[in-house]
Amino acid sequence: MSEKDVRAAVIGVLKSIAPELEEAELRPDRLLRDQIDLDSMDWLNVIVALHERLGVDIPESDYAKLTTLDAVVAYIGARRPG
Amino acid sequence: MIEFKLPSLGADMDEGKLLQWKAKPGEKVKRGDVVAVVDTSKAAVEVEIWDEGTMHEWIVKPGETVPVGTVLALLLAPGENPETAPAARRRISPAARKYAEEHGVDLDRVAGTGPGGAVTVEDVEKHRKIQKAPESGKVPDKGAVMRSAIAAAMSRAKREIPHYYLSETIPMLRASEWLARENEKRPVTGRLLMAVLLLKAVAVALGKFPDLNGFFRNGAHQPSSAAHIGVAISLRQGGLIAPAIHDVQAKGLDELMLSLSDLVKRARAGSLRSSEMSDPTITVTNLGEGGVEEVFPIIYPPQVAIVGFGTLAQRPWAQDGELRALPTIVASLAADHRVSDGHRGALFLAEINRLLQAPEAL
Repeated sequence: MSEKDVRAAVIGVLKSIAPELEEAELRPDRLLRDQIDLDSMDWLNVIVALHERLGVDIPESDYAKLTTLDAVVAYIGARRPG
Repeated sequence: MIEFKLPSLGADMDEGKLLQWKAKPGEKVKRGDVVAVVDTSKAAVEVEIWDEGTMHEWIVKPGETVPVGTVLALLLAPGENPETAPAARRRISPAARKYAEEHGVDLDRVAGTGPGGAVTVEDVEKHRKIQKAPESGKVPDKGAVMRSAIAAAMSRAKREIPHYYLSETIPMLRASEWLARENEKRPVTGRLLMAVLLLKAVAVALGKFPDLNGFFRNGAHQPSSAAHIGVAISLRQGGLIAPAIHDVQAKGLDELMLSLSDLVKRARAGSLRSSEMSDPTITVTNLGEGGVEEVFPIIYPPQVAIVGFGTLAQRPWAQDGELRALPTIVASLAADHRVSDGHRGALFLAEINRLLQAPEAL
């Protein structure tokens, strides 16, 4: 899976939680949760969906690393099985 | 004959539009079955029935808007058959009958709010107003309708309820550490949120403070032994809804997490149940998610208290003569002075604090 595919999958997950998300308006280097207004329940749903769709298990202690869209894509890219 | 009436699904609802019937004439229903879907100003709600019987006749058709209390359908009680069932006898005041005749109102469709369910002139007038309103051809903007419903409920709260407000900063080191350890052991799908600990602590504390739980109706407080906690959920398209998780005091943390997650999902998808809308005996709002320090909440009538939680964050904390950084949360309470005093409210917040220092026992 290329970085582009991972990015598309992550955006797909975010849209499933926040359907009003406009991809063009999302700045990949800005704080993700502030831009999309994700509360802790939404965020947990994002983590669960990333686990289900991409097979990556993200421990709670790593949440702090997932600040921006770029950071999430890099984190998943580095840990995806295969 | 059992009359199935449109229930009130919250202080901000005085009418509803029937969207769909879920039980056909001839179909058997039992307590808790969903028999209709009704659109309120806030959401489409699945309306449950609290009698057992057989659906006999639909009185209101899908698409019709009717006031709370209107008979939506008639059901046969178990053992009753349509030939022998006594027709539901309605009391109609002579003035109401005359008014209805003059204005061509079908009395079968008017909900009675007078003594013993009698139909009064006011009922007929109200029914006529609602029936006329949607004829203008304009589809009202959903957001605007919800805003005016929230405004009506909150204006009533501020007008009728003498609020008092208290707050307490609660150290959350133990709860945070316990939750982190717990979640480390769990699969991603079984993780708990701090909100679950907060809800459980409120519910357990309410057991000792019945004067903060229940309804204020007809000039008196009706305490509730169960903590049906209304959870304020913001909707992504704007607006807010606060349906109940039932019997929070009796639920384990895992069960509570499932209930919360399910409730949020259904609130956002617009598939809530009538009992969830009408049952909350207290509300909890967790605005801290938005980054605020402290909430000054407004009670949702006819409830008598509301608890708010601000952001969980690292803050300076003095303990044993030393200053250190600790995760803390500000819990606030707005309560009804007709039922309780600030002293009771303060003890209640202290009890929530005490419970959160032993999260493993929740």
